[in-house]
Amino acid sequence: MDIALIHVFNALLYASVLFLIAGGLSLIYGVMRIVNLAHGNLYAFGAYVSAWIIGYLSTSVAVGEAGSGAPTWVLLALLPAGALAAAAAGALLEPTLLRPFYKRAEEYQLLVTFGLLMIIDDVIRFLWGPYPLSASVVFENFGSVTVGDTLYPTYNFLVIGVGALAAVFLWAFIYRTRFGVVLRATSQDMRMSAALGVNVNRVYVQAFTLGCFMAGLGGAIIVPSQSAVLGMGVDALILSFIVVVIGGLGSLEGALLGALIVGVVREAGITWFPEVELAVLYLMAAAVLLVRPAGLFGRA
Amino acid sequence: MSTVTTVVIPARSPIRRLWYAAPVLAVLLVLPWVAEQYQTILLAYGLVMAIAAIGFNLLLGYTGLLSFGHSAYFGVGAYAVALMVKYLGVVSMELHLLGAIAASVLVTAIFGIACVRYTRIFFSILTMALSQVLWSLAFKFFWVTGGTDGLRVPTPTLLGVVTGKGDKTAFLVHQYYYYVLGVFLVCVAIMWVIVNSPFGRALQAIRDNETRAQFVGIPIWRYRWVAFMLSGVFTGVAGALWVPLNGLTTPDILHWTFSGKIVFMAVLGGFRTFVGPIVGAVVYNYLESYAVGYTVYWQLFLGVILVVLVLSLPTGIVGTAERLMARRRGPR
Repeated sequence: MDIALIHVFNALLYASVLFLIAGGLSLIYGVMRIVNLAHGNLYAFGAYVSAWIIGYLSTSVAVGEAGSGAPTWVLLALLPAGALAAAAAGALLEPTLLRPFYKRAEEYQLLVTFGLLMIIDDVIRFLWGPYPLSASVVFENFGSVTVGDTLYPTYNFLVIGVGALAAVFLWAFIYRTRFGVVLRATSQDMRMSAALGVNVNRVYVQAFTLGCFMAGLGGAIIVPSQSAVLGMGVDALILSFIVVVIGGLGSLEGALLGALIVGVVREAGITWFPEVELAVLYLMAAAVLLVRPAGLFGRA
Repeated sequence: MSTVTTVVIPARSPIRRLWYAAPVLAVLLVLPWVAEQYQTILLAYGLVMAIAAIGFNLLLGYTGLLSFGHSAYFGVGAYAVALMVKYLGVVSMELHLLGAIAASVLVTAIFGIACVRYTRIFFSILTMALSQVLWSLAFKFFWVTGGTDGLRVPTPTLLGVVTGKGDKTAFLVHQYYYYVLGVFLVCVAIMWVIVNSPFGRALQAIRDNETRAQFVGIPIWRYRWVAFMLSGVFTGVAGALWVPLNGLTTPDILHWTFSGKIVFMAVLGGFRTFVGPIVGAVVYNYLESYAVGYTVYWQLFLGVILVVLVLSLPTGIVGTAERLMARRRGPR
């Protein structure tokens, strides 16, 4: 029973982070019709920025008391810095690199984001070197709770909570605010909304920035429990592809459902069929594409 | 779709084209005797990748399908050879090639049935997902594939007589280089025939206007499926040729980022032309080798090149060169 509960928590943990990454990817596709291959690297960028700040503050003598570093709540408050950094990067990249490509064939959009993937990969290597960057102090300070007879890290509940909150906020943002209306209108018919006076360029920047913010937030909240390593972006991208393919490209509900499915299958896979865990995930994505090419929630 | 600029690939007579090819061929033939060994091996890598790139371009340039999963077929070719060596003890290169062709026909036939029903982004993602299935299998089933360590492959026997016993480098630079060159020329010739055949024209018709092609009576899915298989087989042959050069096959060549490299090559050379991917593959290979040797930030370098290329020279090296030559000749 306790083991089952632990599995459920782990599945939710994966799902939360995956939802943040894949939700951003899906949002960007839904509004701008661009599949951003560099999205995983923005997630990695967020993770690195947060790990870097926390690593600096938790060991820095600038705080005064030697060996203790800044208190946990300060570190926690600074954790979203990675999300802001990723959002800033997004706000910079969209107008400069992506805007020239909206009117061109999809192949070119994939290629330019593939180039971006390579560039961001090396920028991260340049800024933080080839070694993993850890922010585990936050994770450790949270301690753990007992679930039945096993210990489970408390921090993981925070991650699950942030994922759930993000889903709620995003839903409210898209369906209950004026900006959400404009966003949905642009997503459905870009020309029509432009004709009705929507500043499409601005909506695009905002949507892309929001998507990157979500990816960065995913990286920022997961980095205390796993270190930031090179290559984490490419892995995350592929997993979030599976999520959006299952849920439907461009659909946030789909991203949520897809993240839950992938979270559960990953947890089950790691426990019971570790050899084919990834293969099962990819095959699931392929199967969904075959049966419902637009995904479970997608519009054709 | 009518707004997409479709450049008709000029069908000048093949005889006249051969005049351009002759000096290039002469250089390729004498190179092992004049250039450094390292240069020859680099060129051999380039020619191998060129086979993969022209195979890939049958889909992108001629059928209008962007595959982000060609690493799968390259890897299938390479692993077919490695597994033949490991389990069957086969050392004949010809048998390796046949095995790679058989394996890639099998895999592309199955993948193709799934993929050709879709176009555009869905095709790209589906091919990518399927290639990742193979990658994860090669990665996880280490007792068969060696996992990340990969499988070692000794130098093969060419044409049943030439063996690589002794100096391996000399073997690669001379006998094996000419073998690669020979296979490369055969592949180019076959591809030339394919794209200029009625079948190739039909593919271009599908690319330019699917609905019209259907009205003319072209069975679209079946044609795409055959193109998918042909494309994969060329890439599989390239994978088989690549293994002895590298001496080792690892799951890296199955990962989707390797597919990205193949796409990069085709775009660098110009995917709207026949020779573009060949030029792109050779040039890319030089760029990557020198960038890797020069800096750890080679990805940054290549990424910037790709972005600049796509932004300013979308027709690639050959496309741009043709445009410049056409301008010099003046309007006709």
